[in-house]
Amino acid sequence: MEMVKLTIDGKPVEVEKDTTILKAAKTIGIDIPTLCYFQLKDMNIENRPGGCRICVVEVAGRRNLAPACSTNVAKDMVVNTHSIRVLNARRTVLELILSDHPAECLTCAKSGCCELQTMAQQLGVREIPYQGEQSTYRKDTSPAIIRDVDKCIMCRRCEMMCNEVQTVGALSAVNRGFMAVVAPAFEMNLEKSPCTYCGQCVSVCPTGALTEVDHSRNVINSLADPTKTVVVQTAPAVRAALGEEFGLAPGTLVTGKMVAALRRLGFNYVFDTDFAADLTIMEEGSELLDRLTRYLKGDKDVKLPILTSCCPGWVNFFEHNFPDLMDVPSTAKSPQQMFGPIAKEYFGKKLGIDRKNMIVVSIMPCLAKKYECQRDEFKVDGDPDVNYSLSTRELAHLIKSANIDFNSLPDEDFDNPLGASTGAAVIFANTGGVIEAACRTAYELYTGKKLEHVEFKELRGLENIRHATIDFDGLPINIGIAHGLGNARKLLEDVQAGKSQFHAIEIMACPGGCIGGGGQPFHHGDSEIIKQRAAAIYREDEGKPIRKSHENPFIIELYKEFLGKPLGEKSHHLLHTHYFDKSQGTFVEE
Amino acid sequence: MLVCGGTGCHASKSDDILRNFQDLIRSKGLETEVQVIKTGCFGFCEKGPIVKMMPDNTFYTQVKPEDCAEILEEHVIKGRRVNRLLYQDPETKEYKSDSKHMGFYKKQIRIALRNCGFINPENIDEYIARDGYQALGKVLTELTPEATIEILKKSGLRGRGGGGFPTGLKWEITRAVKADQKYVVCNADEGDPGAFMDRSVLEGDPHTVLEAMAINGYCTGADKGVIYIRAEYPLAVERLKIAMKQAREYGLLGNDILGTGFNFDIEIRYGAGAFVCGEETALIHSMEGLRGEPTVKPPFPSESGFLGKPTNVNNVETYANIPAIILKGADWFASIGTAKSKGTKVFALAGKINNVGLIEVPMGITLREVIFEIGGGIKNDRKFKAVQTGGPSGGMLTEKDLDTPIDYDNLIAAGSMMGSGGMIVMDEDDCMVGMAKFYLEFTVEESCGKCSPCRIGNKRLFELLEKVTQGHAVMDDLDKLRNLSYVIKDTSLCGLGQTSPNPVLSSMDNFYHEYLEHVRDKKCRAGNCKSLMQYIINAENCIGCTLCARNCPVDAIAGERKQAHVIDQDKCIKCGACMEKCKFNAIFIK
Repeated sequence: MEMVKLTIDGKPVEVEKDTTILKAAKTIGIDIPTLCYFQLKDMNIENRPGGCRICVVEVAGRRNLAPACSTNVAKDMVVNTHSIRVLNARRTVLELILSDHPAECLTCAKSGCCELQTMAQQLGVREIPYQGEQSTYRKDTSPAIIRDVDKCIMCRRCEMMCNEVQTVGALSAVNRGFMAVVAPAFEMNLEKSPCTYCGQCVSVCPTGALTEVDHSRNVINSLADPTKTVVVQTAPAVRAALGEEFGLAPGTLVTGKMVAALRRLGFNYVFDTDFAADLTIMEEGSELLDRLTRYLKGDKDVKLPILTSCCPGWVNFFEHNFPDLMDVPSTAKSPQQMFGPIAKEYFGKKLGIDRKNMIVVSIMPCLAKKYECQRDEFKVDGDPDVNYSLSTRELAHLIKSANIDFNSLPDEDFDNPLGASTGAAVIFANTGGVIEAACRTAYELYTGKKLEHVEFKELRGLENIRHATIDFDGLPINIGIAHGLGNARKLLEDVQAGKSQFHAIEIMACPGGCIGGGGQPFHHGDSEIIKQRAAAIYREDEGKPIRKSHENPFIIELYKEFLGKPLGEKSHHLLHTHYFDKSQGTFVEE
Repeated sequence: MLVCGGTGCHASKSDDILRNFQDLIRSKGLETEVQVIKTGCFGFCEKGPIVKMMPDNTFYTQVKPEDCAEILEEHVIKGRRVNRLLYQDPETKEYKSDSKHMGFYKKQIRIALRNCGFINPENIDEYIARDGYQALGKVLTELTPEATIEILKKSGLRGRGGGGFPTGLKWEITRAVKADQKYVVCNADEGDPGAFMDRSVLEGDPHTVLEAMAINGYCTGADKGVIYIRAEYPLAVERLKIAMKQAREYGLLGNDILGTGFNFDIEIRYGAGAFVCGEETALIHSMEGLRGEPTVKPPFPSESGFLGKPTNVNNVETYANIPAIILKGADWFASIGTAKSKGTKVFALAGKINNVGLIEVPMGITLREVIFEIGGGIKNDRKFKAVQTGGPSGGMLTEKDLDTPIDYDNLIAAGSMMGSGGMIVMDEDDCMVGMAKFYLEFTVEESCGKCSPCRIGNKRLFELLEKVTQGHAVMDDLDKLRNLSYVIKDTSLCGLGQTSPNPVLSSMDNFYHEYLEHVRDKKCRAGNCKSLMQYIINAENCIGCTLCARNCPVDAIAGERKQAHVIDQDKCIKCGACMEKCKFNAIFIK
């Protein structure tokens, strides 16, 4: 690789050709502030429109200042990152951005983790000299995401996520000049757009322009209502990230503390979505085996590859974009939605609690789950199977507001029976995890042999699209994995064209899987955080005494006592769903 | 008989003139002897519609449709000039029949506009008769691409769109990039208010652009050309389409041009009229169907342009020079102009000047020659105050700059720029703060909104200027104006923002006293700033006729009949109706 020598702030530095000034400076400990720039290293995600102009630096011989994020180094370049000219320009640009930003920090949902706020602090802005008209737009509330675009600073990160990474195309810049803003086409509501509620726009928004719909107040009200039995389920990815909100290092597992905190918040039963994940494997794995067996017997109508269906963002995506493939994904509900009817129809009935008096709350790393639990097909006479879905961030706020010193909590265990789970369920949080869990069970069910090595390392990793062939005792099973909807689209287009070589494909909408979900603590572009969370999840799996879903004794009992058999009539009724064509009906006039 | 079909004359009924001539000729049975041709713009728009008689070069001005009979009867049939329609020299009062003796044309050298007003732009044979497509033939049969580029480099031709980048060098860079597909683009997104040289070339001589683009394709290795033109230029589009059709029929576009094996064809893409799309990266995004906004350079279009392929973008006027340079040689072209700016430049003269119109002058001519000789001086014998060159991105030049030879570098040194060649002349009745505000209003409107300094900064600049013109500004605001201007120039992403504060800075440099008067004395010496002026009735002159009071639209004038009247300043909207109606000079502006 060709190397380039240059000088930054008087220090010599040598970096590879085509390195940006920003990255070159970082190698010698010079941290140039950025605002619109965003990167998730090793995940092929980068936003550098060069729009905010906060990162400008002085390059000797150049007429104007250069944006460090999008200017490459050159031989013998002399860069000054903090001359008077640079500092004045940077501060003035920030003051301009602040002059068109509502000063609502005290009540803003993003306060405390807002990158604009941090920047103002860092540059020591004490007044905004350039006052003037402020842009104002309609606030848009969808089932999962709130757009308060008065706070938009046009960094375009959400647009990059929505279009380039997710290929959803719900958000893009509209209007020009001072009125320019990121919005769905024709400035319609997000709900009318092809938005999948994956929440990746929220997870990268530097300000409070994009936030989740907050359901914590509803949950507090339910907890305070003595006539209600409030049951909570926690998704696997939450335990690997919640600690970050309390100052713990990324990747700290806080399963026991989380259970203790939920109990102290007043939930009557603290259960685990992992239980439902094990149940998902029983149903989805059986479906895979059923389709495979029929296929091997020569049934040409059988739909292969089978696609996982536990990610609600992904379900929304194919309903919008691939309605012709609606019979390809598994019909199994997501773990969140399997948990709901089991809690209300099985557990509740066992205790003699009417479903109307049971409130099921889910704690999710995800914003699409908020939409999912509101879908009509997941309601019985208007009563949703899952009443409220809170994000990891909302749970952290709830814990803080209840005066609970999280870090000093003892480790506690989930309640039974719906709190028992296996290692297979835990890894649902990571990209590749669902299919790995399915393989652990499907292998044993198909071959009748015991699986000695439960870890399928070939299914793990962060590459955008991965594939592996798993040997089912002589039967090679081709598996595809995609995380991020743009990658999913590529696999789907192959399926559409009849070119797909896979028997099963796992798809998760968010980069890294649920651990990188739109409801997780903000990672601010630090992909190390996502990697640490993934590692924690695999550690949790390793520590579990049982690591295959079909060996979960409470799952076995559930089938014996209530469900009968996987894909049986009761399962079909309670644990499976159907999909809708949403390709029409977006962007229609209200 | 050449009848001007340019936009200005077209608006003054030149189509009716053409039709009248045709009807008269038919009725007199002269079809075989007299031909009427609709040409492109003659440039002398002030005196339009223009009718030129050949072969004796008689130049009739301000012709009306009803003059046609007299011209035909007198000039064509009887051989007598119609003196009343000839141009009258404002000084000597002499009638001039040949345009080359008129002050407006005397100092002009027409290279880019060589065919405008001479040929029927809708007839390829007329273009060919004036050596059209000979340059293409010469290049294809006698010259290598390298040799052709060498001619351009030697000629010293620089981009006429505003940037002034050496054209030959640009071609050489694009040629050097290896790619399976390259494009040449004609930037016809003329957007400076008041500039219409590109439009005139396209309307008056479309083939010259097609020919030059083909030469460009041959030199850079592109077989596809795209003309990006704003949809508000329907006549230019129409003529381009006719020209392209004819060129294809003649084998001058398409496959195997002139039997040389060279393939080249052109398509048209329409712009929606955004000023920023004149910037080449924004233009390319717009052509690709994306949002018309610029991206950071590098990569330059010559490396990665239209659809990611190497793309050479040149402006219409640049192209119009090229066939002439190929045929007459680099030395001939380089003999015109100054050391670093060769050839001619087309300017659109507008504002408070007698001869409004389009002129082509050698580089190095002084502003004084342009304004006072070609332009015929200031309207109504008012005093010259300033001239804005370079459109809204340029600056204001004053008395002290009148003898500076006009070229790229001198204009920049004087605080303005060449731009696309707009030239707006101001007299003592123009308020310089108001002019700066006028230009800022345009850039605020046309900013794409991508980068913060341009999106918010220009808006704030405009608001500050508004404060000044309304008399609400304090001295601190003048410092803010200056700082903000510097930062916007220093940090904006593209040329639009990097130059938009120029009118503010140059008016502050040259007319700071006017800013001070607005701020300190609440006074506008030009009487343009409505908030700062008052209509006052001089009681000595007022006879109480009540005419003013009856005409006041807001009932702001009170007074008894035959008594002096008074204007209520709180009610007055400063429309000036009273002053206009007063027969006794009793109303004045303070």
